[in-house]
Amino acid sequence: MEKTIYLDNNATTRVDDTVAGEMLKYFTEEYGNPSSLYSIGAKARTVVEDARKRVAVLLNCEPRDVFFTGSGTESDNLAIKGVARRYKNKGTHIITTAIEHHAVLKSVEQLSKEGFTYDIARVGEDGIVDIEHLKSLIKPDTILISVMYANNETGAIQPIEEIGKIAKERGIYFHTDAVQGAGKLSLNVKELNVDLLSLSGHKFHAPKGVGILYKRTGINPTPLLSGGHQELAVRPSTENVPYIAGIASALEIAYRDIEVHREKQSALKKRLKAGLLKNIDKVVVNTPEKSVFNTLNVSFVGIEGESILFTLDSFGIAVSTGSACTSGSLEPSHVIMAMGRDHTTCHGSVRFSLSKYTTEEEIDYTIERVRETVEKIRKISPYK
Amino acid sequence: MYSQTVMDHFRNPHNVGKMENPSGVGKVGNPQCGDEMVIYIKVENNVIVDVTFETFGCVAAIASSSMTTDMIKGKTIEEALGLSNKDVADKLGGLPPVKMHCSVLAEEGIKAAIEDYRKREEEKNNEQKI
Repeated sequence: MEKTIYLDNNATTRVDDTVAGEMLKYFTEEYGNPSSLYSIGAKARTVVEDARKRVAVLLNCEPRDVFFTGSGTESDNLAIKGVARRYKNKGTHIITTAIEHHAVLKSVEQLSKEGFTYDIARVGEDGIVDIEHLKSLIKPDTILISVMYANNETGAIQPIEEIGKIAKERGIYFHTDAVQGAGKLSLNVKELNVDLLSLSGHKFHAPKGVGILYKRTGINPTPLLSGGHQELAVRPSTENVPYIAGIASALEIAYRDIEVHREKQSALKKRLKAGLLKNIDKVVVNTPEKSVFNTLNVSFVGIEGESILFTLDSFGIAVSTGSACTSGSLEPSHVIMAMGRDHTTCHGSVRFSLSKYTTEEEIDYTIERVRETVEKIRKISPYK
Repeated sequence: MYSQTVMDHFRNPHNVGKMENPSGVGKVGNPQCGDEMVIYIKVENNVIVDVTFETFGCVAAIASSSMTTDMIKGKTIEEALGLSNKDVADKLGGLPPVKMHCSVLAEEGIKAAIEDYRKREEEKNNEQKI
């Protein structure tokens, strides 16, 4: 097969053709600055505000509470640092979890250098946050809780509604990094009980370089950047009109057909899991039942993830691994480690993440090639 | 990320497997850190006539094992001890900085196997004396 079998959609996705086509005219024809007063500027303003309304419908919120940013990382930073810095007179304690994205963990670490303190809630063997433990960490001066919606490595869905309720009862701001939930789970912010929610366009077939931050009416995060009045001065920068139009359309497309995607990808994931377990010995499944429909994370005991990744790459299959050997550090995935797996299991973890473009034929080809790969690498390993 | 030579050795590693009745065995690394290497040598008249390996590790670890075993096959013990990790990395067309420890591991593996061989020889000599 010459075509790439792309099974790393939690890393990034192919841009949807309709989205790409729609964006093009904002580069070469309707290229005005939304802040300009003449017609071509006003037109651009309409495109941005229309996109904001379309996103607000999907999130079940007011358009003025939707901000466009440059990435999921920026949205997380703005939510966490912005709220903590704005409301530090109310309290300086933050709670997050052991399996968050680095955008969240590093933001909290940064705040700890500015006089804030934080605690990390643990997760169970299934990779789902331990609510009782999280509750026990709440202090009188806790101002913010940040828990991701679905984990990027395992796909484990976190009990956001429940945690949101706990936070609301105690008057604590609640942020969720919903980057891996977009297009897979409901983003109804009222039902989810969230005050702030981050999204990243390139995880749902919009381009890289555009994100969304929702914040509840009345919350006013301190900006990360100094600049103009754009995005109510919360996120100054000239609006990225083509990307904003693109992310809104991509989100609409993702939710328009969500039932179709759920049904198809759930079946393919089930087929992949069954195929791997049937054909390969000593496979540990790291993805719990309660997970997003596109993600399957498994460990092949006795071998290391990077060598699996490169062998599969030679067959045209793209996957990712939680092994230390790909991270630049010598520490394996903090997510798989937090689930209580041993080091070798972490080093042998491989994540398959599907998309609407994944086919049954690709899954069958992948199962066969993974079987060959594991057999070949186990022959080299002292652990058979 | 990796040179063509690294990828060639990774895809088709030389000297793979456990050895029957080796003269010395060296086990280095730790699966906790993501790599572990076992080197087996057969020595006749002070010459390493055969060498094989088993490695748990990444592309660089497997390629380093393959290249190192190639480089010491047919060499005397002294020549093998003179091999440095830099020689291995150079012969592989270079390794990314974060992967240099894999070539260090291969060098250590060879040294551990030779040490084990010498220990066994010493024990044999002692038994003969008795």
